Amino acid sequence: MSTAVDAGQHAEAGHGHDAHPAYLQHHFDNPQQQEGAAKLGMWLFLGTELLMFSGLFLAYFYMRSQYPEMVHEYHEYLNKWMGALNTLFLITSSLTMALAVRSAQVGKAKLSGRLLLVTIAFGLAFMVVKYLEYSAKFEHGLLPGDAFAEHVAGGVQAGWYGGPQLFFGIYFIMTGLHGVHVLIGIGLLVWIYVKTQRGAFSGNYYTPVENVGLYWHLVDLIWIFLFPLLYLVK
Amino acid sequence: MATTTVEGAAPAHEHAEELDFYKASRGIKSWLLTLDHKRIGLMYLAGVLLAFFAAGVIAIIFRAELMTPQIDLLAPAVGEGSATIGRELYNKLFTLHGAMMVFVFIIPAIPAALGNFLLPLMLGAKDVAFPRLNLLSFYVWLTGTLILILAILAGQLDTGWTFYTPYSTSTHGAAPVVLAVTGAFVLGFSSILTGLNFVVTVHKMRAPGLTWNRMPLMIWALYSTAVIQVLATPVLAITLLLLLFENAFNVGIFNPAMGGDPVLFQHFFWFYSHPAVYIMILPGFGIISEIIAIHSRKHIFGYKAIALSSVSIAVISFLVWGHHMFVSGQSEFASALFSFLTFAVAVPTAIKVFSWVATLYKGSISFNTPMLYGLIFIFTFSIGGLTGLHLGTLSTDVHFHDSYFVVAHFHYVMMGGTVIAFIGGLHHWFPKMFGKMYNENHGRIGALLVFLGFNLTFFSQFVLGAQGMPRRYAEYDPEFQGWHVASSIGSFILAAGLLWTLIYLLMALKNGKKATANPWGGASLEWATSSPPIAHNFHDTPHVDSDPYNFPEIDHTMKTGHH
Repeated sequence: MSTAVDAGQHAEAGHGHDAHPAYLQHHFDNPQQQEGAAKLGMWLFLGTELLMFSGLFLAYFYMRSQYPEMVHEYHEYLNKWMGALNTLFLITSSLTMALAVRSAQVGKAKLSGRLLLVTIAFGLAFMVVKYLEYSAKFEHGLLPGDAFAEHVAGGVQAGWYGGPQLFFGIYFIMTGLHGVHVLIGIGLLVWIYVKTQRGAFSGNYYTPVENVGLYWHLVDLIWIFLFPLLYLVK
Repeated sequence: MATTTVEGAAPAHEHAEELDFYKASRGIKSWLLTLDHKRIGLMYLAGVLLAFFAAGVIAIIFRAELMTPQIDLLAPAVGEGSATIGRELYNKLFTLHGAMMVFVFIIPAIPAALGNFLLPLMLGAKDVAFPRLNLLSFYVWLTGTLILILAILAGQLDTGWTFYTPYSTSTHGAAPVVLAVTGAFVLGFSSILTGLNFVVTVHKMRAPGLTWNRMPLMIWALYSTAVIQVLATPVLAITLLLLLFENAFNVGIFNPAMGGDPVLFQHFFWFYSHPAVYIMILPGFGIISEIIAIHSRKHIFGYKAIALSSVSIAVISFLVWGHHMFVSGQSEFASALFSFLTFAVAVPTAIKVFSWVATLYKGSISFNTPMLYGLIFIFTFSIGGLTGLHLGTLSTDVHFHDSYFVVAHFHYVMMGGTVIAFIGGLHHWFPKMFGKMYNENHGRIGALLVFLGFNLTFFSQFVLGAQGMPRRYAEYDPEFQGWHVASSIGSFILAAGLLWTLIYLLMALKNGKKATANPWGGASLEWATSSPPIAHNFHDTPHVDSDPYNFPEIDHTMKTGHH
């Protein structure tokens, strides 16, 4: 799916025509048309992402309305502090991302590159914390479905009707799919960073930086909903 | 917007400029890695036609089985439990038929095959907005198709194309369902990519002067379709992902034995799959608007009404999914609401049908093959649409639910609607796509066979359904045999008509007369370039200053009253 970002505005080099800057693909008439297409495409893509996650949110709310006590009891097994730390990481990375886009817009490529590196570092930090959380869950057998261990959590039986294995199922699929998006985001950021270092962007052409920024903000936004829904149930 | 074209100045482009897109570059690699929307469209066309053929052959096999009330054709001649083997085979066959036809053939048939070829041409653009994404969507489609075929070869997929839970999460071990669902998931992404590309292309790539109200209705239809593809398909993706997850880990989101809810699956599934039937039919409406206007040489009646009815169908399509679930145990209030909203879809749909008929009125109608398919469409689609009202009515749906009536309704809309429009469109744009003319008399014979065969096949099924014949059974009470035999004979005639069509079109590719740039006298932009078009579509970016249904000769006689 990451190619949605890529294909839109990846500059087709080697035309060497005066009226055509190197980054302008041959089937567009002018840079404005290309930029408009790339941005509209990105927003539509973000729309599909939102709709995809909306299905998961619906599944979550359905489970919560069916088994409120179970959800309330088992959300305590998630580590609030790690969740909060990750929220902090992602929100800060959104700030550095916004600054990186701004720097690219005003032609400060060097600064933009550094800010991208900081954003990548926050993304990686998020994944490290996620890894620690996941390994703790694996260790204690707090897992989806049949994998839910019998010995934990006061001796409940695995696979029982509407039990905690359902909560951890939803937890893993939501945070897992989000984690995949963070990884894709990091990959895109690295790609943009490399291009920035090669001088591909200028004050005239920075659409890919903007689009990857939009994607990164969406990933951040989804986490901002996931954190309270999963970790802070009241 | 720029008014003159800025062609690439690389020397390679300069020679290629006069050659059509078939000759502009050569070799298998120039096709497999092409970014040209026309070539991608043709690759899709070859792919969807193969899928149509395969799934059609399966249908003929089980129609042959249904000639007799007992299971015989599919069961081994002797041995213990041979009837059971036959019944299981029957279940697999109808599942394959449905899954292939819906996910592999009919969803991409018009938008990805014909639409890809035509959209940039009709917009006066050099290509779609994201050519690489377009090629990617083709390979994603191919991957999804191969996975689905793998599931078929792995055997044991007998859930029906809807993958209803809890059966789909508990049957035969999970493997075949997991494979098939993965295939459908991947095919969904291909559909999203095409939709996204088309929405952006329509917004950003129109030629100068081509305002929204001057766009051919085919574009309006493809645009509405693309919007649904973008908005609905992600929900299918997540549904299938949850189903995979449930299959892999026994999580119990949909399985009632583990605290899940199977009706939740139905809500999720139909939230996509109802809009999806409009993904299938809307492009067909677009084709019919083009065919009816051009071949009756008259300005389309109610241009704006037809254009906006496509958009409003797209909007309402998101609000009616519950009409698939009247007997599922959803609340009566919800059912009543969904029933009412379902009737609301009939309004914009009827606006289209009336506008087509009004376009024909006092037109100069040529009864050539595209027009014949246009007329067949109006006839069969009207039956399909009106019987949809029987099913949207709560009380009658209880009787018709899961009967042959539903099967007949669905096929009247999808086969009598979309497929007929697809074949009509294929004939209408055949000269443009291949630069050759087919034999008009061969075409008329094919249309007649298809029309007779189709109606015999599926009208019989309305009767069967009303009499109480349930769908998806390999065996039935002897009292139903007469109509079953009629339906099977109809399906053989239909198959003969389709094969005949395939053969004369292939012959036309080889021996057909050379087509001129504009054999039908069309006024939209695709007819303004050569047949087949050059690699960059137009020598100069076209300028548009009138609408696409401007056929001066007949409109003039209409106004002045002289004939």
